[in-house]
Amino acid sequence: MDVLKRIPVREQDAKERATNFKEVCLGYNKEEAMEEASRCINCKNAQCVKGCPVAIQIPQFIEQVKNGNIEEAYHIISESSALPAVCGRVCPQESQCEGKCIRGFKGDPISIGKLERFVADWARENGIKPTPAAQKNGKKVAVIGSGPAGLTCAGDLAKMGYDVTIFEALHEAGGVLVYGIPEFRLPKSGVVAKEIENVKSLGVHIETNVVVGKSVTIDQLMDEEGFHAVFIGSGAGLPKFMGIPGENSNGVFSANEYLTRSNLMKAFDPDSRTPIMHGKKVAVVGGGNVAMDAARTALRLGAEVHIVYRRSEEELPARVEEVHHAKEEGIIFDLLTNPIEILSDDKGWVTGMKCIRMELGEPDESGRRRPVEVPGSEFVMELDTVIMSLGTSPNPLISSTTKGLDTNKWKCIIADENNGKTTKEGVYAGGDAVTGAATVILAMGAGKAAAKGIDEYLSAK
Amino acid sequence: MYKIVKKQELTTNIYLMEVEAKRVAKTCEPGQFVIVRMDSEGERIPLTICDYNREKGTITIVFQTVGAGTKMMAQLEEGEYFHDFVGPLGRPSELVEQPLEEVKSKKILFVAGGVGAAPVYPQVKWLHEHGIAADVIVGSKTKDLLILEKEMESVAGNLYVTTDDGSYGRSGMVTQTIKDLVEEGKKYDLCIAIGPMIMMKFVCLLTKELEIPTVVSLNPIMVDGTGMCGACRVTVGGKVKFACVDGPEFDGHEVNFDEAMRRQQIYKTAEGRAMLALEEGETHHGGCGNCQ
Repeated sequence: MDVLKRIPVREQDAKERATNFKEVCLGYNKEEAMEEASRCINCKNAQCVKGCPVAIQIPQFIEQVKNGNIEEAYHIISESSALPAVCGRVCPQESQCEGKCIRGFKGDPISIGKLERFVADWARENGIKPTPAAQKNGKKVAVIGSGPAGLTCAGDLAKMGYDVTIFEALHEAGGVLVYGIPEFRLPKSGVVAKEIENVKSLGVHIETNVVVGKSVTIDQLMDEEGFHAVFIGSGAGLPKFMGIPGENSNGVFSANEYLTRSNLMKAFDPDSRTPIMHGKKVAVVGGGNVAMDAARTALRLGAEVHIVYRRSEEELPARVEEVHHAKEEGIIFDLLTNPIEILSDDKGWVTGMKCIRMELGEPDESGRRRPVEVPGSEFVMELDTVIMSLGTSPNPLISSTTKGLDTNKWKCIIADENNGKTTKEGVYAGGDAVTGAATVILAMGAGKAAAKGIDEYLSAK
Repeated sequence: MYKIVKKQELTTNIYLMEVEAKRVAKTCEPGQFVIVRMDSEGERIPLTICDYNREKGTITIVFQTVGAGTKMMAQLEEGEYFHDFVGPLGRPSELVEQPLEEVKSKKILFVAGGVGAAPVYPQVKWLHEHGIAADVIVGSKTKDLLILEKEMESVAGNLYVTTDDGSYGRSGMVTQTIKDLVEEGKKYDLCIAIGPMIMMKFVCLLTKELEIPTVVSLNPIMVDGTGMCGACRVTVGGKVKFACVDGPEFDGHEVNFDEAMRRQQIYKTAEGRAMLALEEGETHHGGCGNCQ
C-alpha cells in the first residue's frame, strides 16, 4: 500500500447512475475503512479537528476504526455530531477537515468524510444508537426548523436533559436534507430518516405542519406554551430570480421548486402523485451545489442539461467533487455565459434563452474577477426548461412576526456567532437564518454553539 | 393526523369537510388558506379556509374534484384522517386588517363563482358578525352546482344568484348581474371576487370600467405555500409576487390574468395522465396518448 494515496471509494458507474436515483458513492467496507484509517498519523495537535465546525475528535475515532472498534468510533463521533451519516456525505471536506490534514501536504489527505460515513452507516446497520440523557431537567426549549441547525441544537439540548420540541413547517423533518439534496447524494428513507430517528431517540419531539409566524408566534410559544428558550434555525429558503424578461414563462422554475418536487414529493418516481416537468433540453442557471443537484436531477429525468454560469470554471462555487460527478454524467458546462431574456412561444412556454458571453475583468469586493459582458456576443440557446439556481435568502416570516428580534439589511437574524444569542431575551438563532445560505456543517456548528448558549442562559436563570 | 369530523357532499363533485386542526383554528382569519395532504404519498393541495370554529378547534374546507388528487380526497370519510393539514397560510383578507369604521363606511359587493362561494362565505360572515351587510352575487354553471345558498342568505345583505344556463335565479354570467345592479342604481366602493381565474379576469375588466376597486383571491399552482419555491408567482402591477406569502388576495386591476391562467396549465398533461391512470387503474395503457 502506498501511504500517500487514499483508498479509493467505490462508486456507481457514471453511465449507469445517470439513469437512476440510487446513491452515486457506495462507500467503504470495513476492510477498506480500516486500511484508510491506518494512513492517519494520529497528530498530537491535530489540525483536522480545527477544520471541523463541530470539532469531532477525528484522530481518536479514526484510531478506533483502524483497530476495528467501529461502535467505539461511533460513540466518539456522536459526542460532537448528531448527523454523521449526513455530514460524511455532504460536507465540503476539502475545505474543512481534509483541507487541514497533514497528509495532504505530500499526497492525499485522509478520507475523513468517507470514514465518518462508514462508521455512521455501520452503526445504523448494526442498530447502535446515541445515548440519551440520564436525567431530565424539566426545562422546555422550542426549536424552529428541523434542518441541520435545528436537529443539532435539539440533539445537544436533549443530551443535556432539556425537554425539546422541534416545530417544522413542512410535512417532513430534515429541512434541506429532505427537500434540497437529492436522493443520489443523500438517500432519504435509508439515511436521513434514520438519522432523524436517532435524534428523536434522544427524547426530542418533532411537530410537523407548524409554520412559526403563522400557526403560532415565538411570543406565544414562550408566553402561552411554556417554553423557556427558543432556537431559530429556519434557514434561508427564499429563492432569488434574475428579474429578466420572460422569467414567468411556463417551464421556468426555481431550483427550490424543482428539487422540492423531486426530493420531498418524490416526483422523480413515476408513481408519485406530484408532477414534475420532464424537459428535453434544460438550462440550469448558476454554479453552486444546488445548481449541480438540479442539473443532475434533470439529467436523470431524461434531459440534455446545460449549466449556465457567468464566471469561469475556477470560480464555480460548487464542490469540486460535485462538478466532477456532473461532468462524468454528461452535464454540459456553458461558462462565462449570462442569460438576458427567456424566450417563449405564443402560449407562454419556454422555447429558448437569450444569453451574452462574458469575460473576466478586475477583481470585485469578493476578490473574484468580475464578469463583464462582451459587446455584440448575444446568442440564443434553444431550451424547453430553465431552472434558476441563483441562491436563496432568509424568509422574513419569523423576524417580521417577532417583536424585538433584529435583522440586518439582508433580512438575516442578528445573532452572536459564539452562542447564538439574538437581540431578544431567551431567543437564539443559527445556521442559514443568520448567515444566509451556507453549508450543512456550518449550520450544525451554529446549532451546537447555540445549544451551549441556551444551556448557559437557562442554567444561570 | 387531522380527523375529519364532518363530511358532506354539497352537490355533485363538491365536498365540504370539517377537520380537526387546533393550531390552525386558533389563529386563522378570513382570506387565509391551508395546504392538505391526504396520505403519506399524497401531493400538497392548497385550499381556502371556508369556516372555522375556535372552540371546537376545527376548520371547514370545500373542494371540487377536478384532478386526481381531489378525486382521491373525496373518498375520505367522516372519522378518517388527513395526514397533513398546515396553516393558516397567506395574508388575511384586507377587510379584517383595516379599521372597522373604515370598512363600515363602504358598500361592498362580493362576487363568487362556482366553488368560490366557499371562500367568500367566511368573509361575508365575518362582516355580518361585525354589523356590516354586504351584497353577494353567487354564480353557478347550473342549478345543480350551486352551493351554500342558505348559509350565504343568512349572512349577506342582498343575495343575487345567477346561473349560466338560467336554470335557477337570474340568468347569465356574474358580470351581467354586476352590470344590472349598477344600472339599477346600486353603488359599490369595493368588489371582492373569488372564483375561476377566467371569471375573476372578466369581473376585473368590468369593474375597472365601472371604477369599482376590486380585490381577487388568486389560486395558482403551489407546492410548499410558505414562500420557498415561487411556483405560485404572479405578476401584479408589473412586479413578481408569490401568491402564498404576498397574497392570495391582490388588487384585481393590477393582476396579469393571462399570464396567471397560462401558468395554471403547466402540469395539465401530467395531471390528466394521473387522472386517467386513477380512473382506469390496471387497464390504463396509454389512453391519454402521452405515455412512452
